[in-house]
Amino acid sequence: MAEFRNSSGGRIDRARPLTFRFNGKRYQGFSGDTLASALLANGVHLVGRSFKYHRPRGIVTAGAEEPNALVQLETGGYFEPNLRATQVELYDGLTASSQNAWPSVDFDIGAINGFFSKLFVAGFYYKTFMHPRSFWMRVYEPIIRRAAAGARAPSEADPDTYDKMHAHCDVLVAGAGPAGLMAALEAAKAGARVIVADEQAEFGGSLLGETSGIDGIPAAQWVEKMRADLAAFPEVRLLPRTTVTGYYDHNYLIMAERKTDHLGRGMGGVRQRLWKVRAKRVVLATGAHERPLVFADNDRPGIMLAGAARAYVNRYGVKPGNTGVVFTNNDSAYEAAIDLAKTGCRIEAIIDVRPQATGAMAQKARAAGLRIICGAAIAGVEGAKRVKAVEIAPLSSDGETVGGPVKRIECDFVAVSGGWTPAVHLLSQSGGKLRFDEAKACFVPNVSVQAETSAGACNGTLFLEGALEEGAKAGRAAVEAVGLMPAQESALPKVETVEAAPIHALWIVPGKKPVGHGKAKHFVDAQNDVTAADIMLASREGYRSVEHLKRYTTTGMGTDQGKTSNVNALAILSRTLSSPIPSVGTTTFRPPYTPVTYGTLAGRDVGELSDVARVTPMHGWHVARGAVFEDVGQWKRPWYYPKDGESLREAVNRECLAVRNGVGILDASTLGKIDIQGPDAAEFLNRVYTNAWSKLGIGRCRYGIMCKEDGMVFDDGVTTRLGENHFLMTTTTGNAAAVLDRLEDYLQTEWPDLKVYLTSVTEHWATASIAGPKARELVGELAPDLDLSNDAFPFMSMKEATVAGLAARIYRISFTGELSYEINVPAYQGMALWEAIFAAGETHGLTPYGTETMHVLRAEKGFIIVGQETDGTVTPFDLGMDWIVSTKKPDFVGKRSFSRPDTARTDRKQLVGLLTEDPEEVLPEGAQITADADGTPPMPMLGHVTSSYWSATLGRSIAMALIADGGNRQDTTVHAPLGVKTLACKVVKPVFFDSEGARLNG
Amino acid sequence: MLLIECPWCGPRDEIEFAYGGEAHIARPADPSKLSDAEWAEFLFFRSNPKGAHRERWVHAAGCRRWFNVERDTVSYRISRVYTGACEPVGEGQ
Repeated sequence: MAEFRNSSGGRIDRARPLTFRFNGKRYQGFSGDTLASALLANGVHLVGRSFKYHRPRGIVTAGAEEPNALVQLETGGYFEPNLRATQVELYDGLTASSQNAWPSVDFDIGAINGFFSKLFVAGFYYKTFMHPRSFWMRVYEPIIRRAAAGARAPSEADPDTYDKMHAHCDVLVAGAGPAGLMAALEAAKAGARVIVADEQAEFGGSLLGETSGIDGIPAAQWVEKMRADLAAFPEVRLLPRTTVTGYYDHNYLIMAERKTDHLGRGMGGVRQRLWKVRAKRVVLATGAHERPLVFADNDRPGIMLAGAARAYVNRYGVKPGNTGVVFTNNDSAYEAAIDLAKTGCRIEAIIDVRPQATGAMAQKARAAGLRIICGAAIAGVEGAKRVKAVEIAPLSSDGETVGGPVKRIECDFVAVSGGWTPAVHLLSQSGGKLRFDEAKACFVPNVSVQAETSAGACNGTLFLEGALEEGAKAGRAAVEAVGLMPAQESALPKVETVEAAPIHALWIVPGKKPVGHGKAKHFVDAQNDVTAADIMLASREGYRSVEHLKRYTTTGMGTDQGKTSNVNALAILSRTLSSPIPSVGTTTFRPPYTPVTYGTLAGRDVGELSDVARVTPMHGWHVARGAVFEDVGQWKRPWYYPKDGESLREAVNRECLAVRNGVGILDASTLGKIDIQGPDAAEFLNRVYTNAWSKLGIGRCRYGIMCKEDGMVFDDGVTTRLGENHFLMTTTTGNAAAVLDRLEDYLQTEWPDLKVYLTSVTEHWATASIAGPKARELVGELAPDLDLSNDAFPFMSMKEATVAGLAARIYRISFTGELSYEINVPAYQGMALWEAIFAAGETHGLTPYGTETMHVLRAEKGFIIVGQETDGTVTPFDLGMDWIVSTKKPDFVGKRSFSRPDTARTDRKQLVGLLTEDPEEVLPEGAQITADADGTPPMPMLGHVTSSYWSATLGRSIAMALIADGGNRQDTTVHAPLGVKTLACKVVKPVFFDSEGARLNG
Repeated sequence: MLLIECPWCGPRDEIEFAYGGEAHIARPADPSKLSDAEWAEFLFFRSNPKGAHRERWVHAAGCRRWFNVERDTVSYRISRVYTGACEPVGEGQ
């Protein structure tokens, strides 16, 4: 058995030994241990190096609040950094190492930082590494980052599976300590749906390390009885190993459940689960964290919190050392002293800063044979990697200095208590407000904003009897609030209560020299290496607000969010400012309460499932043809179809020429489609589009631009009149839902008198767009009964016909500038249509083309793409599309804004075509345009390139751009400075091919 | 995540809704009669109160209906969900 393990006692299973490795060495622990308790059992206190000074650091706590004992676990895909050894349940074969030490914890090269500690005062980054400026990125930052090390990111993919669960309940109880268990039972008895979540492996909270009894049975047995009672209720869900990490609006809470971490890695199944809970009421029973006293060299390994020392000996049967000293300003450490002495530790003395120790606890300690030294403090600590001795000196009556004879006591551990800080994190996250309780020397909940109640230690009720009573009360209040009848009141469990003497707040324990002088350091935030001197310096430098202090000194900004340090830090600030703590205030806690793995947050939404994918009915065909896809909104669209190792440009050139010279086909099913019906449908279109719709004939199509009220282009598309009161609108692929929302908005809230009904039919139709000079020939074969002559079926019209045996709507519209037919069939027939077209198209050399070719072809024609040529600051006039804006309609959405002075300016950025002087050069999209070829930045920018392609049809590059006063710059030369070179471009009209439209009308 | 009571579908998570800005700002019946300043007032200026705020929401991933919500911009508490463009406005905040 390990040296510091007691032969009996605790909640570990001595029949189940477990082997583990820490920093390369093998050790043994037991089932029920945490990594921290197992290390302590083996006498290992030194577990890491501090962040800034690389000082040796030991285990300080026994729970979530641990600032020092950060470890990384396992290797490869299972590697995980930033875990608190105090929360890692031991499993057989566990491999862990210290996180912040190089080359090893025993010999840490970074400890040399300690000799330069004057450099590392508050704000040292800002003060030290300012000059020369260019050194920051290249020299200082990399060195600082390596020295500060912190956690490494895993380098391999995580092989584990994670999961999410949504849940609703009447009462969520966060924390299953005495208050939480009582609240849960009261809620359960009333028939409420209850969820009880606790971060530990076992329910019980503080009771797991408690030696006194409840209702005449040991506390742990009482916990088990409560757990069993709760489990018997069908509507109660008990979740151990589940941390309530976030409290969001309207009682929406996030919980992280660790399902298999305690068994090892690679266990299969779901490793961790994220719970998203909507609770009608929340009972916060999250307990309290003990805080240390801030004394000289209080960070030496072997110095731990008294409550933690008590938990290790009572719960894990582990002695924190052989010979200890207890140092306190309150009564709770006396219980630790008594229990430690009872279980084989030699307690040399209880050092109490209070001038007298006459209370009931003190008497109990004296009766147990313990020596109490009152009105004294630890003024110095000997030992670097492990405490060797402490120096005790009498405190002056004002607590500002120590003086008189110094007593040296040899010891190998020190148990410290500076009082308790209620764990108000979730309350703070919920928006609740705190107040400072002078008598208890801590912040307690004051104002609730959401439907929650705090009970027990997290409410500042730091004694067991009170916690049980408050828990029961909170449970009953919660069920009443959700409209249930609380069960008949029963007697509270009986506990032994020792009246506590008041705490004596002593925020800085004076050392032999004034704070900040000499070598000794008074640590406040051990994780971020912030000392009392840093805080005092920061406040002298003018950082008077607690929020500024936090950011300047980084106190409380570690992964522990300052659970053990925040109250000490702001009390020291308050002391330095001579301003009371309530007026200094406290910072706001933010989620998560403890770090959550990315895996838990991502759940199953990884890889292919990381986003919703919408595919067309012909998707399988595209995949089989080797199409490369691009994401457009959520849609997967074929981008191009490479043949025999073609590059993007080669494939697109081939596809473009096929469409211009023969016939090509595009899957256009993704365009948004909105079916519009009702007697006022035409009037509605008149109001939302800039052009006129009343006179559009049945079976005719019209292009429309939709603006916002500010006159900027919002969407575009072709709308077809299917009947007197029936239209089909198409929208851009990515904007369909937003268009529908906006149209509904106008119909429902501005013009409820209009009788118009909208239905999204995007997925109802599959669309094959056939384009090219041979399109008529091919469509003629597929629809032999249809007259395709220009007279019978002109451009911008629609016919219903049978195509390849399928009832179809054919739209003669064109986005390529070619003769083009868009054949629409019900979605389920899409693949049949597509295959029939290809069967017929083979002899015509039918070529499938993707979105890239579509973009090139439309750019050759100067057709815009909303979102590419527009960005929310572009009007139809800016696009040179004056023709689409009706001057006759009295009103439509956006009209009034066209006459606003800024919109009516004639020198706005306007759409132009650009031809590079060197036809081989293709401008990068987004390139800035300047008037002058040379110059040093910053130069005035005229605008930017919106679209740019190689045009195989024209055998040169083409581009479109939005440039200031573009209309008046026709035939001038502008420049695109690209850093390595500057390209001269001629400004032309944004139409590069068939400007008279002979081909699409052909 | 807010819990919003859709008047037609009942309480649903915020993720199903889209926000529509401040409520009770009617589109002027005849914008051409408005001065540039008046039109700018309609287009750009909103009240942004600390406290009760009447705002529009649409159940975009549900019934697609627009409705009004009175929500406290500090606590996010929703005090009222109602429909109808004709709701008397009044300051009441």
